[in-house]
Amino acid sequence: MDKETGVSNKADEFFQMFRRGEEFTKDLLKENEKLRYRIAELEESVERSGDEARTKLYEERIALFEEEIASLREKFAQVEEENKDFASKYIEVEEENNNLANLYVASYQLHSTLDFSEVLRIVLEIVINLIGAEKFTILLIDDKTNELVPVASEGITTTDAPRVKIGQGRVGTVAKKGDSYFSENLEHTGKIDMLEPIVCIPLKIKEHVIGVISIYSLLMQKAGFSNMDYELFNLLAGHAATAIFSSKLYTQSERKLTTIQSFLDLLKEKPKK
Amino acid sequence: MPNILVVEDSPTMRQLISFAMKRIPNSHVIEATDGVDALKKMSADTVDLILCDINMPVMDGLKLVSLVRGNPVYKDIPIIIITTEGAEEDKKRALAIGANAYLPKPIQTQELIKLVTTYLTALKK
Repeated sequence: MDKETGVSNKADEFFQMFRRGEEFTKDLLKENEKLRYRIAELEESVERSGDEARTKLYEERIALFEEEIASLREKFAQVEEENKDFASKYIEVEEENNNLANLYVASYQLHSTLDFSEVLRIVLEIVINLIGAEKFTILLIDDKTNELVPVASEGITTTDAPRVKIGQGRVGTVAKKGDSYFSENLEHTGKIDMLEPIVCIPLKIKEHVIGVISIYSLLMQKAGFSNMDYELFNLLAGHAATAIFSSKLYTQSERKLTTIQSFLDLLKEKPKK
Repeated sequence: MPNILVVEDSPTMRQLISFAMKRIPNSHVIEATDGVDALKKMSADTVDLILCDINMPVMDGLKLVSLVRGNPVYKDIPIIIITTEGAEEDKKRALAIGANAYLPKPIQTQELIKLVTTYLTALKK
């Protein structure tokens, strides 16, 4: 009986111990679960804090890039503006270059010969092709009669063009005063008044007027005068005058030389007995 | 190197056009004083483009254009007319005969250079 009671006590004791072991194990598992949860929480929090730091970094970088873009845009706008400036300057330089080329060719041609009629032909060519005049005359002062005498023309017969007294009408006044005249009305009316040109340019050597170019109408496609035209008028006023004057003198001296030479040849001939 | 034939009786205008054409890279200018002279120059040299006046002695520009267009060897050469004749009917007549473009005088050099460059570029393609 005592033996049985002892066995039963031991069994109880073992059972109690087992139950405590079971409870302890359960506690351990719970604790383990809590710890796992805590680790997961911590891991998540670490991860989140990393993301935030990265986001902050990215945001800072984005702000920096945006600043850079704004600055680049500003620089681009500046460069674009400069480009526009350069483009318009390039066009201006091109235009100036072309104008200079025209003036160079015109003056080169004017001084390319000493033949009077050829110089007149070159002046006609310049006025037709470079200025765009349709009807005009070149008049030179005859010192003996003090009149402007037509020596070449385009669109008008030279013989039809009248002689003009110095100081008479628009043409005579330009010859007298030496100032160019430009009419404000350049309309193509078809009517021509030989004493009322639309443009009259004095041909001057320094301040000495030797003649005028009198323009009565422009080519139908020519609506008005450009800066280049005024440059050409200036060139004609000086260079054409010099070229006409020197070629006239040269032609006259050539003629005189021929006459003198013939005269000398006559004198050299032996008198017939 | 494109050969540009300038057909113009006025020496001033011829020099002016030739001067402008020298600004087109690698171009070479051949000058002729009228239509007959132009045909002679064309038989002696290859011509890629013709710049031609209308009013010229011996043979005028319109006659030259019609002869060029009638010749199978030359028929595709671009021809630009440069003239004092500014009327619309003159332009229509020149284009009907076969001219490619029509520039009334006085010409704007930049416009001429641009036009010639366009035709020469089209030839390359």
